[in-house]
Amino acid sequence: MRRRHFLTLSANSLGGFLVYSLDRKASLLSAQHKPIRVPLRFFTEAEALIVAAAASRILPSDESGPGAREAGVAIFIDRQLAGPYGRDRFRYTQPPFEDAPRELGYQGSATPRQIYRDGLKGLQGFHFLAPAAQDEALRKIESTMFFSLLRQNTIEGMFCDPLHGGNAGMVGWQLIGFPGPRMSNFDEIEKYYGKAFRPKPVSLRQATGSKVRPSEDEP
Amino acid sequence: MKTLPAVDAVIVGGGWAGLLMAKELAQRTSLNIVVLERGPSRRASDYSTDMDELDYAIRFRMMQDLSKETVTLRHDAARRALPLRQHGAFLPGSGVGGSGEHWNAQVPRFLPDCFELLTKTSEKYGANALPESHAVRDWGITYNELEPYYTRVDKLLGTSGQAGNIRGKLLDGGNIFEGWRSEAYPTPPTKMPYFSVLFRDAAKSLGYHPYPAPSANISQTYTNPDGISRGGCTYCGFCARFGCMVGAKAQPTNLLLPVIEKRSNVTLRAGAWVRRILFDAVSKPAAARGVSYVASSGDEIFQPASLVFLASWTFNNTRFLLLSGIGEPYDPATGRGTVGSNLTHQVTVGAATAFFDRPLNRFMGSGSAGVLFSDFDRDDLDRSGLNFMRGGYFGARGYGFQPIGAFGVLPNSIKATWGSEWKKAAISCYDRTATIGFAGEHLAYKTNFMDLDPVYKDALGDPLLRLTLDWRDNERKMAAFATPIAVQVARAMGAREINPFPGLHSYDATHYNSTHIQGGTIMGDSPAHSVVSPYLQHWQLPNLFILGGSTFPQNASANPTPTVLAFVYRAADAIVDRYLKHPGPLA
Repeated sequence: MRRRHFLTLSANSLGGFLVYSLDRKASLLSAQHKPIRVPLRFFTEAEALIVAAAASRILPSDESGPGAREAGVAIFIDRQLAGPYGRDRFRYTQPPFEDAPRELGYQGSATPRQIYRDGLKGLQGFHFLAPAAQDEALRKIESTMFFSLLRQNTIEGMFCDPLHGGNAGMVGWQLIGFPGPRMSNFDEIEKYYGKAFRPKPVSLRQATGSKVRPSEDEP
Repeated sequence: MKTLPAVDAVIVGGGWAGLLMAKELAQRTSLNIVVLERGPSRRASDYSTDMDELDYAIRFRMMQDLSKETVTLRHDAARRALPLRQHGAFLPGSGVGGSGEHWNAQVPRFLPDCFELLTKTSEKYGANALPESHAVRDWGITYNELEPYYTRVDKLLGTSGQAGNIRGKLLDGGNIFEGWRSEAYPTPPTKMPYFSVLFRDAAKSLGYHPYPAPSANISQTYTNPDGISRGGCTYCGFCARFGCMVGAKAQPTNLLLPVIEKRSNVTLRAGAWVRRILFDAVSKPAAARGVSYVASSGDEIFQPASLVFLASWTFNNTRFLLLSGIGEPYDPATGRGTVGSNLTHQVTVGAATAFFDRPLNRFMGSGSAGVLFSDFDRDDLDRSGLNFMRGGYFGARGYGFQPIGAFGVLPNSIKATWGSEWKKAAISCYDRTATIGFAGEHLAYKTNFMDLDPVYKDALGDPLLRLTLDWRDNERKMAAFATPIAVQVARAMGAREINPFPGLHSYDATHYNSTHIQGGTIMGDSPAHSVVSPYLQHWQLPNLFILGGSTFPQNASANPTPTVLAFVYRAADAIVDRYLKHPGPLA
C-alpha cells in the first residue's frame, strides 16, 4: 500500500466555490475559508502540485477567466491516471514496439501513468518557479509525448462533465458558454440565429437526476 | 470444443446488417436463428445517461476494445505494417447494434452510376480515364434494381429529408442531382442549425443547389412498417459516438431489437467472439457447416448451422474468410485471388474551417441536421478542366459540438498552442467556428488491400488483419479541388478568417476520417473478380452470405448505411422467396 497523499486546495483555488457570470466576467460569489484536502489516487503530493502548476500555465487563471486551477484539473488527471485510461486498458499493447511514421499514431509501450511519472521527474521543483520560468521549462518539453498528454488532459479536465473531478463548478463550461447536456434544444435551435443562447449549465447528474458512474471509478 | 445443437441460421455480428437480416428472417420464416455478437448486450434505454463527452466521445466507450484486437497498417507493400494501437481514422463499434448505435445517422443514397462505375466511366470518358492501377468494378446490379430496397430502408428508418428527384421529376429544394426515388421521404427535413442556414444561403448565392441533409435522426414522430414508433429529435447534440438519449436516432436497438425480441425463433448471444467459419470442401457444392466461437465463459463452442451470415463489419468479414481458408487471398503482385481486394475509405476532409464574428450556438444540433450541396457529385458532371475522376458533396452540419473536442480550433494566424494568448483566442473562437466538410469518392486500386499480418496477433492468438492503404493522386487532386470551393462558400457566409484544408498527403490513421471502410469480400457478376454475388451469396459456398460494406467494390461519396441495408433487404427477399425453397446459387 502506498502512503496516502493529499492535494491541499486553498479557498480561492478551487472552482467549485466560484461562480462566473455568463458574460465571462469572473465574479467570486462565495468562497470557503478553510483549505480542503483531496485524497490522491495516483500522484504523490509533490507530483500533484507540479501537475497543477503546469496545467495552470497551459490554461492560466487570468483576465480572460478562470483556468485549470479553479477547474480542479490536477484532481481530474489524478483520477484518470488511476483508472483504465492511465493503465492503457483499451489500447493495443502487444509487442513488438517499433518506430513508425507519424500517421500510424503512438507506437510506444509506455502507458499514460509511466509517461507522467517519467515526465514529472524532469519537472522537479516546478511549482516553486515563477510563472515566466515555468513557461520556459514547459517550452523545453513542448515536443514531448508527456507535454502533449498534459496539454490534452488539461483541456479534458477543464471541460469534462464535473462527474470526472474536473470542470469544478462548471467553470470551464461557463467560460465558453457550453450549457452541458441539455435534454432538448428543440424550441431554441431556430430561434437564436446569430444571437448567443446561453442557458445556465447543468451537469449530467443534474440533467438526468441519476448517479452516473464515470469510467475511472471501476467496480 | 463443445458442439451445440444445429440451428437453421447463424448470424455473426449484431449490428445493422446482422440484426436486419435476423429481423427479416424471424418475421417471415420459422427458421431457428442465432445471432452471435462479440461485444456486450445493449438496450436503447442504456442511453438515458450517456451524454458524457469524456467517456463516450474521447475515451470511446462504445467502440471496439483494441486491447483485444486491432488492425495493422502500412502505406505500401514494401513496408512493414504496424498496429493501430489506439482509435483514430475510423471507429468500429462493439456490442449489440454495433456502429449503428454511435453513428450520426446521415443517410444519402449512392449515385446510380456508382453501381456500374467501370462500364459507365469507360463509356463516357474512354477506357483510360480511370487512374492507372485502379481496381474499379461494376457491382453486378443497377440502381434501378436497388431503388425499391432503398425505399424500404427509408421507411424502416423514417428518413427525414426533401426529395430532389421523384421518378425523374426534379424538385427544387431537394438534391436534384441524386438518383430518382419512387417516393418522397417519410418525414420532412430536420430543423436547421444557424451555421447550416448561413451555408445554404451562401451556396445558393453562388449558384449551387443546397438541400437539407437526409437524416435518420428524425424530425417528428414516425411509425415504421414494423409498428415501431419513435419521437422526433430534440437537437441535444449528442449523436456521433453516443447512443440516442431519446431514441430519435435510428439504431438497431430501437428499430430491430424490439421486433426480434418478440419472436421466439431468434436467440442473441452477446460476448460470443467468433473465430472461424467451418466448412465442408468435399460436398458438392461446398458448404459452410457453422462457426466456432469463444463464449464469455471462455469455452470454445461450435455452432452448426444450415445458413451462415457474416455481418461483422468490413474488417472481420474479410478476416474470417482469410482465417478460415475460404476463397483465394488477393495477391497484388499477380492480381490473382479476391479475398481482401478493393479496400477503400472515403475522401472526407474539413475543406474550410471558418471563423465568424457571431456566435453559432453550436451545441444545438444533431449528427445529421444540416445542409449539403452535390453540384460536384453527380453522374452528369462536366469534367472538362478537372484533373481527377468522380466527385463528392459539400456539407455544413450542426453535429452538436462538445467542448473537449472543439476547444482550441484557431485561425492559422494564431501560433500559440497553450498559455494566456492561446486561451483567450480559443475562448473567443469557441462558438464562432465551424467547418465546411467535403466527402468524396475513393476509387479502388490494385495497391490498396487487406491480408493477414505476419507478426501481430489478437488476444486469442489469431493474426490481425493488415491494411495496405494510401491515398493516390486522384484523391489528393479531388481534395485540392474541393478546398477553394469551400473557401469561397465560407467567404460568402461572412467568415472573417478561413483555414483552408492543408492538403491530403499520406493516409493518416491518427485523425478521424469516417467509419466507412469498404471492400475485402466484394460483390460482382462473376466469381473471377468477386467473392459474393449481388445477392451477397458466396460464389463457392452457397449457404454463406456476407453482409455489409465489405461487399462494396469501391466506396461512393455518400455514407454507406442505407446501401448496406438495401442489399440486406434484397438478399433476405431472395433467401425467403427462392433459396429456402431450392437451396443453391441465386445469381
